[in-house]
Amino acid sequence: MTDPWLSARVLVRRPAFTLDVEFTAEHGEVVAVIGPNGAGKSTLLGVLAGLLVPDGGEIRLGDRVVTAPGLHVPPHRRGVGLLAQQAMLFPHLTALANVAFGPRAHGVPRAAAEARARELLAAVDAADLAHRRPARMSGGQQQRVALARALAPRPELLLLDEPLAALDVDAAPAMRSLLRRLVRAERQTALLVTHDALDALVLADRVVVLTDGRIVEQGPTREVLARPRSAFTARIAGLDLVPGVALADGLRTADGTTVAGRLDGVAVGEPAVAVFPPAAVSVFAQEPKGSPRNVFPVRLAAIEPRGDVVRLRASAVPGGPGWVDGLAADVTPAAVADLGLEPGMVLWFAVKAAETAVYPAR
Amino acid sequence: MTTDRPAPRVRRSDDHARGVALPGLLWVPAAAAFALIALPVVGLVLRADWARLPDLLLSESALTALRLSLETAAISTVLCILLGGPLAAVLARGRKRWLRWIRPLVLLPLVLPPVVGGLALLLLLGRMGLLGRVLDTWFGITVPFTTAAVVLAQTFVALPFLVVSLEGALRTAGDRYEAVAATLGASPWLAFRRVTVPLVLPGLASGTVLAFARCMGEFGATIAFAGSLEGVTRTLPLLVYLERETDTDAAIALSLLIVVVAVLVIAIARPRGADGLR
Repeated sequence: MTDPWLSARVLVRRPAFTLDVEFTAEHGEVVAVIGPNGAGKSTLLGVLAGLLVPDGGEIRLGDRVVTAPGLHVPPHRRGVGLLAQQAMLFPHLTALANVAFGPRAHGVPRAAAEARARELLAAVDAADLAHRRPARMSGGQQQRVALARALAPRPELLLLDEPLAALDVDAAPAMRSLLRRLVRAERQTALLVTHDALDALVLADRVVVLTDGRIVEQGPTREVLARPRSAFTARIAGLDLVPGVALADGLRTADGTTVAGRLDGVAVGEPAVAVFPPAAVSVFAQEPKGSPRNVFPVRLAAIEPRGDVVRLRASAVPGGPGWVDGLAADVTPAAVADLGLEPGMVLWFAVKAAETAVYPAR
Repeated sequence: MTTDRPAPRVRRSDDHARGVALPGLLWVPAAAAFALIALPVVGLVLRADWARLPDLLLSESALTALRLSLETAAISTVLCILLGGPLAAVLARGRKRWLRWIRPLVLLPLVLPPVVGGLALLLLLGRMGLLGRVLDTWFGITVPFTTAAVVLAQTFVALPFLVVSLEGALRTAGDRYEAVAATLGASPWLAFRRVTVPLVLPGLASGTVLAFARCMGEFGATIAFAGSLEGVTRTLPLLVYLERETDTDAAIALSLLIVVVAVLVIAIARPRGADGLR
């Protein structure tokens, strides 16, 4: 087996925060990095780009070591491109000059650099913007030009830091399909930081979940999102997750509650998670009696409309189980009206054991 | 085909802008402040002997002083850009901890009486001074009471104007564009030239104008360090001061000339905010 193309071990110590991660990527692979705010995603990208010097670790790109103890290849000699949330186009340059900037910086003659820039502007559907300055472009147009600019110097590794987060709902889909076409289909090795399960599914081969400066899970995107092992991943994937220890017919939470479910590849006594979709949760105003389901009291924290359904977000009731915090239940708008739901109410969430999968936490 | 026309500006006329009302009380001190600035100039205009004005302004001593003032102020302004520009960049971007002790010192010429600055320059570069003795004995160079001394005095007092406004522009621009340039393969020097400098051009322009104006008006440091030798160190402000004693009309005429030059400077290169690019 050959070594992975990118291998990174990164250690950054801050007064209130430590980033300590190790991961790899193959040439041409897109790896999504997801995690809650403050998990260290942007710090990680900064280190990979060479804009931050880590306290320790080693980063290898192909056969080049770019970061090691006592070694720091500066950003402009790394061949690592960056596309951030804000387009950050140079305001004094036209779209064409912005895109040609990278090749020019690498010593490509002006005519050739501009030819490459025109080619890329056409690829991002921005050929007609060539002579415009950023101030006269929409946010979506700016971001498309910024993608062209990031690709222009042919980076060995492209860092995408929530490239869709600042775009409005009309511009995001176009940008997403561009990224799919120009990054994933072109086998551009890339690291994509995102908050969105859809972005990860559409754009990434693999996903790495970062929480509190550590990688809590990683694997092929589909697998990770279908079988989340951490609360954050479950939330991104739109699933409910309850951690605990596997029993013969379910799982026992830290506070001793039993959650019934089907065991899937986990041995009794092992750390496990019980996972079920919010649509499988039934909601009652009174505790349902004689029902063969998992029933737990919750306080209604928020009511979020989501297309055809309404998502109810739970928080813990005083004296009740704490792990219900953040669980979601999808109900119909009619049910919201029938139950007279308002935030702060105490409700009962019920889930059938058959809908609950219990599998290993690691 | 698209052309690079500027975006149409939204015009705010008096008729439209009716947002939050300005407290009426502010008008009184505001008017007083403006009067304090404008009335003395009006006084100059009223008091001037307009019939003799052409003769007074075209006198040889006036023309010599004007030429000397323009030349020295131009050279000093260039020096301010060449020295102050990099200083501003270092202060705005440098990460060294001791830089924060340097910053307040840069403001010193701004708060010191210029005559004290001139005295300090004299003590440093005078024939008995720390550096002056070396220059004199090793190279035979004497700085005080030469045109070079005028330039040094002007640069000394004007430098903070350029450094402060440029540093402000650099901080406002931030280093994120430079980071982007680096990820695109630009060396720090290339990023500085192609990204940083164009971004802060409006700040540099307004700093340059301020510095030039300050050089033109320099008096205290010049008279202390360079003296008042006609054609060598007697700039316009020094001539005004000299004539004030003997020929008030001449002093007024020269003052008007300085006012005109100052108004021209403001009109030609009005200091614009950092929004000039957008």
